Amino acid sequence: MSEHSTYMTKAIGPLPFCPGCGHTTIIKALDKALVKLQPDPAKVVIVTDIGCIGLSDRYFTTSAFHGLHGRSITYACGLKLARPELTVVALKGDGGCGIGGTHLLNVARRNIGITLIVANNFNYGMTGGQHSVTTPSDATTSTTPWGNVERPMDLAATAAAAGAAWVNRTTSFDGQLSDIIATAIQQPGFAMLDIWELCMAYYAPRNKLRKSGLTAMLDEYGFELGQIADRPRPEYSERYRAVFQQRRTEERARPAIEVEFGNAVPRQTGIIIAGSAGQKIKSTASLFARAAMASGLHATQKDDYPITVMTGHSVAELIISPERIDYTGIDSPDFFILLSEDGLNRTRKQVEKLPETCVLYAEETIRLPKTRARVRRYPFIAAARKVSKLSLASLALATMIEEKGFFPLDAMSWAISSFQKPKVAETNLKAVAAGSALAQGHQPEHQPERDQS
Amino acid sequence: MGYEFIEGNEAISRAAIKAGCDFFAGYPITPASSILQYMLKLLPPLGGTAIQAEDEIASMGFCIGAAMAGRKVMTATSGPGISLYSENIGLAIMGETPMVIVNIQRQGPATGSATKGAESDIQFTRWSTSGGLPIIALSPATVTEAYELTFRAFNMAEQYRVPVFLLGNKEIGVMQEGVDLDKVELPPLYNRRKIPADKPVHPHDFESPSDVPAMADFGGDRVVRYTTSTHDKAAYLTTDPVLIEEMLEHYRAKIETAIHDIALYREDFQEGAETLVVSYGVTSRSVAVAVRQARSAGQKVSSLVLQTLWPVPSKAILAAMDGIKKVIVPEMNLGQYILEIERLAPKGIQVVGVSKMNTKLLSPSEILGKGGLL
Ligand SMILES: Cc1ncc(C[n+]2csc(CCOP(=O)(O)OP(=O)(O)O)c2C)c(N)n1
Ligand code: SF4
Ligand SMILES: [Mg+2]
Repeated sequence: MSEHSTYMTKAIGPLPFCPGCGHTTIIKALDKALVKLQPDPAKVVIVTDIGCIGLSDRYFTTSAFHGLHGRSITYACGLKLARPELTVVALKGDGGCGIGGTHLLNVARRNIGITLIVANNFNYGMTGGQHSVTTPSDATTSTTPWGNVERPMDLAATAAAAGAAWVNRTTSFDGQLSDIIATAIQQPGFAMLDIWELCMAYYAPRNKLRKSGLTAMLDEYGFELGQIADRPRPEYSERYRAVFQQRRTEERARPAIEVEFGNAVPRQTGIIIAGSAGQKIKSTASLFARAAMASGLHATQKDDYPITVMTGHSVAELIISPERIDYTGIDSPDFFILLSEDGLNRTRKQVEKLPETCVLYAEETIRLPKTRARVRRYPFIAAARKVSKLSLASLALATMIEEKGFFPLDAMSWAISSFQKPKVAETNLKAVAAGSALAQGHQPEHQPERDQS
Repeated sequence: MGYEFIEGNEAISRAAIKAGCDFFAGYPITPASSILQYMLKLLPPLGGTAIQAEDEIASMGFCIGAAMAGRKVMTATSGPGISLYSENIGLAIMGETPMVIVNIQRQGPATGSATKGAESDIQFTRWSTSGGLPIIALSPATVTEAYELTFRAFNMAEQYRVPVFLLGNKEIGVMQEGVDLDKVELPPLYNRRKIPADKPVHPHDFESPSDVPAMADFGGDRVVRYTTSTHDKAAYLTTDPVLIEEMLEHYRAKIETAIHDIALYREDFQEGAETLVVSYGVTSRSVAVAVRQARSAGQKVSSLVLQTLWPVPSKAILAAMDGIKKVIVPEMNLGQYILEIERLAPKGIQVVGVSKMNTKLLSPSEILGKGGLL
């Protein structure tokens, strides 16, 4: 392959920047750095933001991606994650570093192997010289007419504090600029170069800033020049592959559900189970649904629980049906299982409105509001305590299955043994037996309830 | 896998894998978070990449970068996240980037009811970014359909080089139901057309505006360009009004002239019916019950269920309105898609919305009652 003497094209004319603009120097230094490294132009992607600096990508003969204001880091990372073999160089202004600040912090922290070159001219050149996150205090810009009351941000130190592997700061007047850029590009991990420079249209004339003033500014704020971080660590994709991709999914393959049992459910039936966080309401409800499916029924399940999952209520809405389930709401539940005060508090309005067609299985220690439902009181909690607190829901569901005969209890036992870890399954199978015993020892349903309040 | 009991978000994730998705980036948000979690478990062992981004803007940025480097990408969020996707949705349209964007809708505006379902974002999806150019949006009604439509979304994204939205709903995303995914009939897998080696790398090349250009991925043998700015066929910035107009017409035409291929819907027409119910998503399941009940009460009712919401399947909607005097449009919002039905309805047809926006499903009896079907 022949040597590349440049990675730029003159086909679309000279660089578009104002005379004396630092961007011109930086772009030419980047070209020189590429010439030094001689990469395949198709394997280099120059990613730019919006801003004057973002006008530069089309002057390169490499691949180029011109994205949104402040977001070049994200596209660069996407390209690099997809194709780790690419050389990806993002060019950004100080403005882009402000609006896209979180991307700067996170690429530094993650150590994704892109190179970030910041053309830092202390203002927004493209939109008319407004102040940016790097504008020095007291400086005049279009949006700080009486002087900037904010403090400039040390971009290089910020990236370093976020964990960047390689950070350097210099100015566009640095004779070594292209070598420093080449070194940055050669870093396997994230490398950032903060290049201070002059915007000749706005910042420099308004604030009488010249080359010599740049070092004075650094001194004023105690910002450092030169190598700010150089502490290589494994690049993100390398680590990602090492950690994740060797891993085969460890989860046990879930068994398919086959119809092995019969059922006695003549029509779509809505069941609500209301209890507390930690009572395994959701997972047990889904075992019940799978048992129903193994008995030739259709099933749906929706759960309701607070965002703070370890406290408060947990409510599962189950529908089982011999036909396809279309409407998945339960306007009028056929069965209601109430296992805790939390569950009641969440569903109180619903419980108060339950129709007389509904059978309400209630833990016997709960004080129930007035309801027209046919109440069945059971010592679920006391019975579960003898097996395991965590098996309360299995136990109560088993009681209901035994009483109502939706499908054989064997279907529930099958679901438990098929979808739960052996230890947990063992406990829950005991709970099923205990739940079934509760039902068998209980008064038949037609007897009037003594305590309904 | 056989017969299973799974939630919609799992079906979506598995459909993505089935469609060859090998890159995912997302940011946690209820009720879409489990998609991020599934993808993080499913993709890496297959050699793909899934990453939790620092925010939704980065999720989109990562996906767009990866898509242009040849990956099949997906991201997933809910209303607040779509708001942050907005500017990058425009970029994806501009760059003709194939990608699938899943929106498991919850009730907005703003944080709204984070754990509650809704059809909040129907018009927002169509007009989610500056410029007003068309996108594609599919809306599933069941967990099985979430699987099928996600797979189709990938195909359409690759075929039309446009962001394709899967407009889900908490009521499907985190609802579990019985499915047998092996039995779902899927179309053949479509992969993007690549620019042949003897043709210049013009990523936006077309003869007729409705043509979909072939692509060249970043990282291939040849230099590629991509830009957010108005550009010519070679992706070089242009300010020429003629070229700009031609390119924008291309973005419009490639989607709108393909409506016959993109339009997915289910018809349940009844001979002699003068009432039509048009619905989509989870609400169409309540409609199915309402229609059955109305018919058994002796009413004549037809039903059209739209799986494709954008572009509007106008032909199917107009055909369904033939002989109809009244159209009922039930929605879990204050009335969004009804605007399209009103726009299309010939003079003399009454269009009635049945709206509900209180986090609850529309029930069959509400549809019957408010729709005047009782
Ligand atoms: C989201 C968004 N907000 C605002 C703008 C307008 N805008 C274009 S460039 C720019 C600032 C660029 O400043 P900088 O990144 O420092 O680049 P410079 O022009 O100085 O090279 C702004 C605010 C935009 N394009 N997009
Ligand atoms: S406005 Fe400033 S940054 Fe933009 S080209 Fe001119 S000098 Fe450079
Ligand atoms: Mg600037």
